[in-house]
Amino acid sequence: MNDARLPQTRPIRFILNGEERTVADVRPTTTLLDYLRGAARLTGTKEGCAEGDCGACTVLIAEPGGADGLMRRSVNACIQFLPAMNGRAIETVEHIGRDGPTPLQRAMVDKHASQCGFCTPGFVMQLHAGWLTGALGDRQSVKDLIAGNLCRCTGYGPIVEAGMELAGEPVPDTSGADAALAERLMGLEGEGVFAYEAKGERWFAPTSVDELADTYAAHPDAVLVAGATDVGLWVTKQDRDLPLLIDVSHVRDLQVIEEAAGRVYFGAAITHRQAQRVLAEIHPDLAEMLRRFAGAQIRNAGTIGGNIANGSPIGDLPPCFIALGSRLFLRQGDDLRVVPLEDFFVDYGWQDRRPGEFVAAVEVPRLGENQKFFAHKISKRFDSDISAVMAAFRLTFEGSRVTDARLAFGGMAGTPKRAAAAEAALIGRPFDDAAAAAAMDALVMDFTPLSDMRASSAYRLKTAQNLLKRFQLELDGKVCGRIAAAASIGEVA
Amino acid sequence: MDETRIQDRSGAGAPSLAELDERPPGREARIAGGVAMPMAHDSAARHVSGAARYTDDEPELPGTLQVFIAMSKRAHACITRMDLTAVEQAPGVVAVLTAADIPGENDYSPVFGDDPIFPPMTGGGAVVQYVGQPLFAVAAESERQARRAAVLAEIDYVDRPAAISIDEALAAADAAGGDLLPAYEVTLGDAAGALSGAPRRVKSRVEVGGQDHFYLEGQIAVAIPQEDGDIVIRSSTQHPSEVQHNVAKMLGLPDHAVTVELRRMGGGFGGKESQPALFACVAALAATKTGRPAKCRLDRDDDMEMTGKRHELRIDYDLGFGQDGTILAADFAHAVRCGYSSDLSAAIADRAMFHADNAYDLKAARIHSRRLKTHTVSNTAFRGFGGPQGMVGIERALDEIAFVTGLDPLDVRKRNFYPAPDELAAVTPYHMPVTDCVIAAIVDELESTADYRARRAAVRAFNQQSAVLKKGLALTPVKFGISFTTTHLNQAGALVHVYKDGSVHLNHGGTEMGQGLFVKVAQVVAEEFQIDLDRVKITATTTAKVPNTSATAASSGSDLNGMAAQAAARTIKDRLIDYAASRYHVPRDQVVFAANRVRIGNMEKRFCDLVGEAYLARVSLSSTGFYATPDIDYDREAASGRPFYYFAYGAACSEVVIDTLTGEYRLLRADILHDVGQSLNPAIDMGQIEGGFIQGMGWLTTEELWWDDKGRLRTHAPSTYKIPTANDRPDDFRITIWEKGKNRAATVYRSKAVGEPPFMLAISVFSALTDAVIAAGDGRAFPRLDAPATPERVLQAVEAVRENREP
Repeated sequence: MNDARLPQTRPIRFILNGEERTVADVRPTTTLLDYLRGAARLTGTKEGCAEGDCGACTVLIAEPGGADGLMRRSVNACIQFLPAMNGRAIETVEHIGRDGPTPLQRAMVDKHASQCGFCTPGFVMQLHAGWLTGALGDRQSVKDLIAGNLCRCTGYGPIVEAGMELAGEPVPDTSGADAALAERLMGLEGEGVFAYEAKGERWFAPTSVDELADTYAAHPDAVLVAGATDVGLWVTKQDRDLPLLIDVSHVRDLQVIEEAAGRVYFGAAITHRQAQRVLAEIHPDLAEMLRRFAGAQIRNAGTIGGNIANGSPIGDLPPCFIALGSRLFLRQGDDLRVVPLEDFFVDYGWQDRRPGEFVAAVEVPRLGENQKFFAHKISKRFDSDISAVMAAFRLTFEGSRVTDARLAFGGMAGTPKRAAAAEAALIGRPFDDAAAAAAMDALVMDFTPLSDMRASSAYRLKTAQNLLKRFQLELDGKVCGRIAAAASIGEVA
Repeated sequence: MDETRIQDRSGAGAPSLAELDERPPGREARIAGGVAMPMAHDSAARHVSGAARYTDDEPELPGTLQVFIAMSKRAHACITRMDLTAVEQAPGVVAVLTAADIPGENDYSPVFGDDPIFPPMTGGGAVVQYVGQPLFAVAAESERQARRAAVLAEIDYVDRPAAISIDEALAAADAAGGDLLPAYEVTLGDAAGALSGAPRRVKSRVEVGGQDHFYLEGQIAVAIPQEDGDIVIRSSTQHPSEVQHNVAKMLGLPDHAVTVELRRMGGGFGGKESQPALFACVAALAATKTGRPAKCRLDRDDDMEMTGKRHELRIDYDLGFGQDGTILAADFAHAVRCGYSSDLSAAIADRAMFHADNAYDLKAARIHSRRLKTHTVSNTAFRGFGGPQGMVGIERALDEIAFVTGLDPLDVRKRNFYPAPDELAAVTPYHMPVTDCVIAAIVDELESTADYRARRAAVRAFNQQSAVLKKGLALTPVKFGISFTTTHLNQAGALVHVYKDGSVHLNHGGTEMGQGLFVKVAQVVAEEFQIDLDRVKITATTTAKVPNTSATAASSGSDLNGMAAQAAARTIKDRLIDYAASRYHVPRDQVVFAANRVRIGNMEKRFCDLVGEAYLARVSLSSTGFYATPDIDYDREAASGRPFYYFAYGAACSEVVIDTLTGEYRLLRADILHDVGQSLNPAIDMGQIEGGFIQGMGWLTTEELWWDDKGRLRTHAPSTYKIPTANDRPDDFRITIWEKGKNRAATVYRSKAVGEPPFMLAISVFSALTDAVIAAGDGRAFPRLDAPATPERVLQAVEAVRENREP
């Protein structure tokens, strides 16, 4: 395939606060936030960190799709690239209260939920998005929604109260307007591969997996970007040149979840939020891990495929998937290759991915009746923090005897990795005190973790060992709840 | 014309004068928004709609340059060569700024003159003293161009030995024969003698980590050149006058040539007291050199690497006490990690000493403080200003006394409080009699409302049946001294205009960083004139209206500026009374302001009408106001005197649970009872209490500053530096303003300062974690636990107490 067959470049077309915008002259790695605050003069959206960790830049994105014809989600504008907005609608804080304060805005004022006010528009947009998408429910849901929004002044109480008040307000029926908007957006997005070029940088956004395969095969040096929750930081924090990007977030057939007997297939472009329900059905520990995985805005953007493909040594999902015995589907041109997930991670920063090859899907087995699963995320702060240790275990039993053990860890080595020695120590015996102790001892042979700002080597090793102990105690019914888990606080108290 | 216009002023919907005069006598209306009312923050509606403008939101003037500051990559080195040719030639670059471009003084320090804007190149080179120290700046057409140009610099460093940790700083200071700033000591009685004679002693150490401010709005300054070499600076600063002075000094101009203004900050917490001067100086230098407006706006990572933080302290304590836990003497040795320069460290380290006693009568004390130089960013003001660190020392010591005596920690605390106001006053280690100590009453009340004794029993019962999870409970007090300890800073000015329509323009030297100062001061002015709050326009702080201001700091904002604004309003009010008394021939005491009206003898007028008349009668309707805090006097040489006008008090009770396998923990419940005197605005005060507590909890738990061995701060963004989220706040959080509170000092409406004191209520969380760790052991060892008590440190402490059981 050569360039001649690639589509003509088109301007970026999107709807901003109800008005259609066309942009043709900014470099593709311009962030949505810089566009909003700069060219669009919409300064209500703030920059607090430019890395998707504080939520001050939260905006609402809508695009065609989903059961209702229009999908809404909140994202961090600071790490979204503007061309990704092609065919999408963006709403900012200036727009939601255009006809007078919304119930949330009134509640925020009444409850004294702002002090310095700099984080406030982000909270308003995040809670507003949660309201419109039906994610606002009980108090815990409010807190989980805003766990990716940092406030340094209030201590959060009044913000949570305002969110609770909003949860009681009827959600406005926008179905008619939504359908019209979805249609308008489809018109803006255009057909086939969206290609955009400015200032020496190029952007391609295929809409089907075949288009993606062709585009990537033609440009194997391109950087793939989905939710930009990682690649966005290459620009905002590392100031890297990214002359050629391929956006996979518009590829519809990568955005599917297929449930088969005993297993689930996640398309690579499924976001963490979209995966949340199905993963929760596999095991509650996965639901709990995802509840604490980054902030809601990141879960709305970051994808399952991206979390695997970027090869983070921690990654959270990869250890869980490895423990569950997942396989990865890789596509290159017309070729499809399947590898056990643990084999994909070769070494730090090195994955088994060939030029032009991309992660298409991951297959996640469900648990058998004779299998027990455990996942636990250790981090300095419960929410929106990168793990010091991510542990995920699956044991298969015959009677009380362990016949298969898959113990996977993130944060313990240069890649997500199984603990072979500890696994061996468990096989063929009951999972009792002695077995746990043997596995804990063996873990020393499996890992020599690093010390860094998140945790010392000693702490990583100790907690990794202790989590094996905890798994054993939990299976024996000897521990009352986990203090990290919101749901189990009641049991603790 | 004017007369007609004023006479015709009444709006269509407003009642006529006659109607108003017919109001039944004795019906007292209340103004909307006087003091003690829980008014919303004045900007709340604009916050939630995104309409509140911060410095970076102001439209840029055409031609505005973006300035990027290049930083040192070495902790301590001599720069032998700095070749900026490629930087100058990079696309978009308009100017490259170095020390050689500075026309005046190359310094942005608040006091000591040891913070170079850029390191001066001398014959032997330029010395840099921390990773992140500004080297030079690039002004370019865009931020990206400026940043990209800066990396083209060719710089040769010759490394020198760097002291990063307190241990290294102590070794370096001892080798050099001197500390960054002279050691200081405060003594009361014969501490050494009393210690050696005491029946029991605890002697230990606690390390208390620093903290990044993490204001959501990063540092920013915009400089706009004016005619005659003048310059206007928009700066996100708690201290406009200092920014003004430093910019003027740097440019070699008189102060009058520089105007600094700001409407609001997106958070400050002390991080915008001395730090903003650097960015204002750099922006001003760029603007002066190029003649174009220049903006210096920091990226979060650059901000966290380049700006100072809360001081880390090592506290060695030695307390002597009786069998019943009564303290007989205390010795505290503070080792303060100041960073590379003095900044405000002298005053901060002093305040750590002033709060080494917290709420306890030590009877005899020696408090020694060493101020150490490290090759890290210069630490600076942060909510509490050293006080919190000092307080952790004694609270930790009291937990240890309770541990070794087997007494309940609360009983030990209660036994040692300063005497109540009706009792014979005790004196602090710096010899100030404590005459307003209401802590015993507050703690008694909280002990009861928080159900402390029953919960203590419940926690014990839980711990007996729970092997992996352990709970801890603690109730700790706060006594915090109010006033700048540098006496001359306790002054403030205000400027009030009454326009002839009766609307009021309010300006004062305080700055708004979210703490609600502006609405509180406006409430004072509304109360004074007896007009609705919405008749008072709150305006941006500017050095052109009120000069020579102190930083909005030390919790003093409403105490000082409220009084100054009240004085200004009273001056105008007095003139109005004089006018009304003479015009309507009534005694002055028969001119009474009440609810948007003024009673003059038997007659009533609307406030706006009286003002209109007074204008026509050529009465001045503008006034400044000034306030200087009385009754404070501290002799630093003698380490004796009265540094504080009064104390603010509060107490908190926290219950935590820890996981002894992972060190993870959660705050389950917190109860707070806090004294704000008679609140100027209870809604605002509640916000300060809750926000201060959560921020303090972050400091003592998850907020860890981590430097690598090369002196690079590796926790320089929210991805690595973890402040609390909504899920860290306990659902069961009961905050009460102490109803009996009333300031014995003559403050504005008998209110008390509230900015900093609640921060230290979070020490209860640290003590509760200690309590839970003790429960994990067998009671034979008091656990060493340093702050921040990250899950890692908690697990270490658990392992330590358990190893003691099974050595």
